Amino acid sequence: MELLKERQDQIHRTGEEPFALVCNKDSLAGAVSQRACVFCGSRVVLYPIADALHLVHGPIGCAVYTWDIRGALSSGPELHRLSFSTDLQELDVIFGGEKKLTAALLELIERHKPKAAFVYATCIVGIIGDDMEAVCRAVEKETGIPVIPVQSEGFKGNKRAGYTAACNAMGRLIGTGYTADISPYSINILGDFNLAGEIWMIREYFQRMGVEVVANVTGDGRVADIKRAHGAALNVVQCSGSTMDLANLMEKEYGVPSIRVSYFGVEDMAQALYDVAAHFDDPAIMDKAKELVAEELQILLPKLEFYKKGLAGKKAAIYVGGSFKAFSLVKAFRLLDMEVVMVGSQTGTEEEYRELAEITDPGTIIVDDTNPLELTSFLEEKEVDIFVGGVKERPIAYKLGVGFCDHNHERKEALAGFSGMLNFAEEVYRSVMSPVWRFT
Amino acid sequence: MSKNPPKNYISTTNACKLCTPLGASLAFKGIEGAVPYLHGSQGCATYMRRYIISHFNEPIDIASSSLSEKHAVYGGGPNLKLGLQNVTRKYQPKLIGIATTCLTETIGDDVPGLLKEYEKEFPGVKPLLVPVSTPSYNGTHMEGFHDAVASTVNALAKAECKATHGVNILPGLVSPADIRYIKEITTDFGLPATILPDISDTMDGPVTKTYEKIPAGGTPLADIETMPANKASIEYGHTMSDQSGGRILQEQFEVKNYRQAMPMGIVATDLFLATLTEIGGTSIPEKYRAERGRLVDSYVDGHKYISGKTAIIYGEEDLVVGLSAFLAEIGVIPILCASGGKSGKFAGEIEKATGDILASQPQVFEGMDFFDIEKLCEELQPDLIIGHSKGAPLARKLNIPIIRVGFPIHDRLGGQRILHLGYRGAQYLFDLVVNAVIAKKQDDSPVGYSYM
Repeated sequence: MELLKERQDQIHRTGEEPFALVCNKDSLAGAVSQRACVFCGSRVVLYPIADALHLVHGPIGCAVYTWDIRGALSSGPELHRLSFSTDLQELDVIFGGEKKLTAALLELIERHKPKAAFVYATCIVGIIGDDMEAVCRAVEKETGIPVIPVQSEGFKGNKRAGYTAACNAMGRLIGTGYTADISPYSINILGDFNLAGEIWMIREYFQRMGVEVVANVTGDGRVADIKRAHGAALNVVQCSGSTMDLANLMEKEYGVPSIRVSYFGVEDMAQALYDVAAHFDDPAIMDKAKELVAEELQILLPKLEFYKKGLAGKKAAIYVGGSFKAFSLVKAFRLLDMEVVMVGSQTGTEEEYRELAEITDPGTIIVDDTNPLELTSFLEEKEVDIFVGGVKERPIAYKLGVGFCDHNHERKEALAGFSGMLNFAEEVYRSVMSPVWRFT
Repeated sequence: MSKNPPKNYISTTNACKLCTPLGASLAFKGIEGAVPYLHGSQGCATYMRRYIISHFNEPIDIASSSLSEKHAVYGGGPNLKLGLQNVTRKYQPKLIGIATTCLTETIGDDVPGLLKEYEKEFPGVKPLLVPVSTPSYNGTHMEGFHDAVASTVNALAKAECKATHGVNILPGLVSPADIRYIKEITTDFGLPATILPDISDTMDGPVTKTYEKIPAGGTPLADIETMPANKASIEYGHTMSDQSGGRILQEQFEVKNYRQAMPMGIVATDLFLATLTEIGGTSIPEKYRAERGRLVDSYVDGHKYISGKTAIIYGEEDLVVGLSAFLAEIGVIPILCASGGKSGKFAGEIEKATGDILASQPQVFEGMDFFDIEKLCEELQPDLIIGHSKGAPLARKLNIPIIRVGFPIHDRLGGQRILHLGYRGAQYLFDLVVNAVIAKKQDDSPVGYSYM
């Protein structure tokens, strides 16, 4: 397939020298990018904070397309699952939306009694020039809860810029809570969104090691926890893009160090626990981590054998939001004796792509910010058996008669942790080995 | 029963509407060789693709001019043109349907003007470019849908075409299954039909083993050009603006326009079929008499289970009007009709559709969201909830059976195959309604009874 000229340098094949891949640039007009926008980046990161009000300031679309969009579970309040909008109309656009925003905030705060409110700017707010800072300040004063503007105008960059805006917003909460009772062996979990209850599993692992979890950022998140997150001894950051800015901010302002981890796949999950234990330099914690990993593997590995037998040698393609997750998926497929032939992401960094090129087999396609036509040509060229991606990638795979594993925001299967690895193997197996492909 | 409209809240919670460019994108997907293109920031296209895919389980490529900050300041023209070139190169479309967004409407991009410049700057064979103005702060997805259809008719329909014996059908937003059935009906009536738009193949296609850049199907461009030569147009719905596709054909080309309610239930379908016979000069084929006969027979078989049951209906105004007529004729009493749309015509149309059957009119409200609907639902305690899948959380909370119809269906498979129209659609919906009531009674009963 002929590639658009501007797209050629965003695709690399492992083994080609020198490594060169351009990324983190604006999507090409007309290329049908799989990416969303700044607003999307902010919305997905803050979304799981379950006791906050999330008000989208703009016309109705942005709010309605993000209504209950994530499978981010809450153990308590579920305010995050509602979709609030100022639903701006033509007259608001002409005369400004500040009055409507103030009234909407007061009305919703009165109705739902949230612990904080996040107000998301959409494209149009950036154009009509509503002073969200001033409105939020006034409402905060009147209601006594934190009211935080999120500068997420859709056109002001890509999804990564939205992550930054979300981190800046959370940064305003951090440092305002009580921290004296927090254990020295304590962490915040950053970058897990509790899809299908994954953060509960991860928290349980840490608790078994004797490590206190102060704040979930943001899966099953609570405002009060985030306020005291600066009291934790360590930030454990998953998901390369979305919350790294917050970890950096906390390191700078509160001296909280951070490590990067992934909870997908056996190797990375175990490594995450070991890295946390190593940070605390306490043999008891390390012993417990080792014990935990051994116990979990003893349960998991025999069960995986069945799936490995069926899946060995099958070819997999990966296209996900952030490329850090892609590393773990590459390893997870290897554990199943499968071959990864394509891997890409919407918002990876050059360093991450370089590392992917190092760990993948020669000829593997590495791609940044791709689109349906490119994906199709890759799937066809590599004769892929299973494609891992999100909602927008699914029908592309299905039309081509290729199996699919949902690794998206709305999935209902927990794929993190040790038991998540089993679910992953099961899901891949169910799709690849289905008899329906005989008819396609 | 309360007759007061819900309190007029400032904020919207769980909207019962979508934005205008989404409707325009869906309409353009029903045109042969067309690619929908949103002039705005990248997120709009991606969000709408995701939203639409989750209903149809089909790929939908919507291009975007992917505007960034500097374009918002200096104008989106250069990116609009670059995007058009790229889409043309990669997709070789016959038509690009360009819908604006709130961003480009507010920064004041003059899209028709920019397209004229584009035609001059890049001479040679190009796809047809059809712009439609769809600021999302104005109207709902249905306005976007109808305006895209109207823009297409405006751009393509030609005065100088020979008279044909066909009929134009402008169905609005209905399912691929509905459109396939309309085609079957018009074929059986011996009436060549131009259905605009036609998403029956483009949004419900077979597994192809190769990715069709633009899926086959859609209303052929040549047929849209000759719409003025057809004998008449039938346009489903009464709540759209005067500048609809059917009205344009009538005003500019003197093609008689029949505006009718969506043919849902027996009364509305009778009218639709009678209109086809009037236009075509033929009689109703036996097949449809038989379908109608079986439908009436089933109405009789099932009537006792549902007679006097109450329902709330929500969704697009014209769909709700159609549903209310159907429910009224089977003995179910609509007690609340709600829509996020604001045509100003909603209550009047409900009354027209149900007035001769219902003893009293339901509460009918425009501009509703699911917060309002839930409040009224709690108060009214209906037996059934009927609408798209966004009412499912409410149905679950209140333990009331929901019947999923329309768009979107995000929590069940097969939204594209739901048949709403004609006798066959009524048959399908009737069985759903009766069985929902029976299932509820069965579920609530301590006796696991095995006969109805």
